[in-house]
Amino acid sequence: MSAVAAAQAGTPPALHFWNLSKTFGGQKALDNATLTVAPGEVHGLLGQNGSGKSTLIKVLAGFHPPDPGSRLAMSGVEVPLPLAPGAFRQYRMSFVHQHLGLLPSLTVLENLLVGRFGERQAWAINWPGERRRAEERFAAYGVSIDPGARVADIAPIERALLAIVRAAGEISEGVGTGNGLLVLDEPTPFLPKRDVERLFRLVRTVVGKGASVIFVSHDVDEVLEITDRATVLRDGRVAATLDTAGASKTDFIEAIIGRRLAAARPPEPPAVRGASHAIIHDLAGGTIDGFSLDLAAGEVVGLTGLIGSGYDEVPYMIYGARPAVRGSLDLGGQGTFLPDMTPAKAIARGVVLIPADRANAGVIGPLPVSDNVTMPVLGTRFRRWLLNRGAMVTETGALSRRFDVRPPDPTLPIASLSGGNAQKVVLAKWFQTDPQLILLDEPTQGVDVGARQNVFRHIADAAARGAAVLCASSDYEQLAALCSRVLIFGGGRVVASLQGAEISKDAIAERSLAGAAP
Amino acid sequence: MAQPASIEVPVKASGASRVFIKRAEQFGLIVVWLAMIAVFGYLQPATFLTWPNFSTIFGSQAVLVVVTLGLLIPLTANDFDLSIAFVMTLSSMTVAVLNVNYGIGIGWAIVAALALGLLVGLINGLLITVFRIHSLIVTLGTGTFLHGFTLWMSDSMTISGISSSLINAVIVDRLFGIPLEFYYAIGLAAIVWYLLDYTALGRRILFVGRGREVARLSGINTDRIRIACLVVSGLFGALAGVLYAGTQGAADPVSGTSYQLPAFAAAFLGSTSIVPGRFNPWGATVAVYFLVTGITGLVFLGFSSFIQEMFYGGALVVAVTLSQLVRGRQEQQF
Repeated sequence: MSAVAAAQAGTPPALHFWNLSKTFGGQKALDNATLTVAPGEVHGLLGQNGSGKSTLIKVLAGFHPPDPGSRLAMSGVEVPLPLAPGAFRQYRMSFVHQHLGLLPSLTVLENLLVGRFGERQAWAINWPGERRRAEERFAAYGVSIDPGARVADIAPIERALLAIVRAAGEISEGVGTGNGLLVLDEPTPFLPKRDVERLFRLVRTVVGKGASVIFVSHDVDEVLEITDRATVLRDGRVAATLDTAGASKTDFIEAIIGRRLAAARPPEPPAVRGASHAIIHDLAGGTIDGFSLDLAAGEVVGLTGLIGSGYDEVPYMIYGARPAVRGSLDLGGQGTFLPDMTPAKAIARGVVLIPADRANAGVIGPLPVSDNVTMPVLGTRFRRWLLNRGAMVTETGALSRRFDVRPPDPTLPIASLSGGNAQKVVLAKWFQTDPQLILLDEPTQGVDVGARQNVFRHIADAAARGAAVLCASSDYEQLAALCSRVLIFGGGRVVASLQGAEISKDAIAERSLAGAAP
Repeated sequence: MAQPASIEVPVKASGASRVFIKRAEQFGLIVVWLAMIAVFGYLQPATFLTWPNFSTIFGSQAVLVVVTLGLLIPLTANDFDLSIAFVMTLSSMTVAVLNVNYGIGIGWAIVAALALGLLVGLINGLLITVFRIHSLIVTLGTGTFLHGFTLWMSDSMTISGISSSLINAVIVDRLFGIPLEFYYAIGLAAIVWYLLDYTALGRRILFVGRGREVARLSGINTDRIRIACLVVSGLFGALAGVLYAGTQGAADPVSGTSYQLPAFAAAFLGSTSIVPGRFNPWGATVAVYFLVTGITGLVFLGFSSFIQEMFYGGALVVAVTLSQLVRGRQEQQF
């Protein structure tokens, strides 16, 4: 708390951002935001997806230039904006991003020295000396990692610690003003809960050496535990800056969502549903540990949760695209043991998957729309020893019109279409097979607003024709628009479920944030 | 009202010029080839521009066409087969050893050679897919191994005296003055064309090559397709070896290995032509004859054989650069 006191006593803050705005194509990602981090403080930065958190971090990293009029001061000295990429080093700042920036096939020591080879010894690296220095450095931060181990072989928590020690080393050895500022951009979602404490201990050691830390997170519990103060962003504006010691979890969730929570909510009666159509029983694998679901024909069920909660792995495991360790799928009375599932079997059973990563897993960019669309039905287009390519193009043309793909020219390479139109092609590709179970992962990611409604309509149409739909998404508004039931995941399990009238963007957000606690 | 009209004109013009660019890409290599023939014909009318010269080119280089066609198939699935020329050498040596040293009938010797090619392809495919090793590494290893194996089985000697029925069927018998092996190669090109362009399997190979994850999620067994492609390239390598044995009337353990690089050069150069941006059999066939015509012409002009290596090597680099330009332009154009 001395840090907060210092901030109030007039010591220049380690970082002071004010009048900060950033406009992307008319949309304000940041709108007159302010952020003040005191020396030696751990400062949380919270907000939903799209609240402006990542934009703020990217402005600081020099990745985005802010709008004119934005101001930044480091340790009381005003810094001209925009920052050039990499200029943050001059101000003794360092970043650890979620994916850590480590090279898994190299050793811990090599990773520690990446970018710094040749600083001390231009011609011959003194490996024993570097190893000793690394051990000393680890010891100074209270961390024990074998410098000779390959990064791929150490535990996820040790990788995170390594990345933080490396970043802390950069700021403590760097030249420039101030005591240093370490930005941790969501370092925890992929860590086991029990290991997060080790990361926090390291953060406290870093702060103990005088540096400040910005801790970006979705997880309110973690913010409550590690930060001194926290700034909550909502729609690009600062919704609140809270003293952690005096704030409750509810205070944070309310600031994030932007309204007061109802004290208690009466449980609603289950919606009237048809007979079971698809039953997923006790699915496990990856993060997921025991997921069961009973879907009626025509039902659209949403899966969501915070990043790392595992909800987005479910569609891939049901489809056989990622290995499941146990579980079964019963579709129309026919059972399949999920660890034996393959995409080919899934398709044969009437299961289709529309993946989130459209560029790498959804479409083959350089090939024409017609080739992309006919991929799952090729076998039926091969008659009399010849692939009927004329018919393939004509049929694709008809599908393109039905799915409102613009332009409806099947001979264009799919990479030339906009994201929304490419996604319509993907829907056409799979929906032409009249699937029984439709698995979606972020179905409107990278899709423009106009096409978004179109995608929703086609999903609703497919459900109306008797398919069951399972939609994994981090877009709460989309889930509220599409789903009659939404399941919220935390730590690989369903922690909350909303249905019918209970479903709203805010309710989903609230349960997701609350669900992060075990 | 004047504005839309003035907009329409340039649009039409760019449409027309786009068609022209497209045609120029498709048939550019053929035009350059014909121009090269004209230049060499003008410089060396007495020797170069003769029917015997061309029938020799068409006939003797049919082997390279078959090797190139074999290479196309795994290349379409985005796998490299660096072992194909060594399979070819092994196959020709197998025919020679079985037929000459062991007196086995030429028919059975050919069957054995083809079976060996299939086996090598299967081993390549399994190593690549089961152990997830890059095809370059696997086929570099198996190819080198096979080269050593071929030297061992032949005692590093040339074995001659292969049954004349094979030699007749390959190089001696002619149709319209061109040895039959040319027609075999064209027939194989037609089969590859049919396979890649007109069968569902061909489309699947293309999907696996261009978007392996998309293909996998579309229910295509990508491993099986990749293995099949390498088995087919093994078979084509072995077929080329049989033709090579017939062309030479003998087998030597070394000379065939020099086909590896020209085959890659032709495959990549061919992918800039006929169907630009894709490995295609007719483009590859034209590319083989383009390369061989260039070398033959230069040798006639008095360059010694070093020109062959320089031309093939240079052509590979130019071909890959061109194919990159073609692909790059296609991506930007639309």
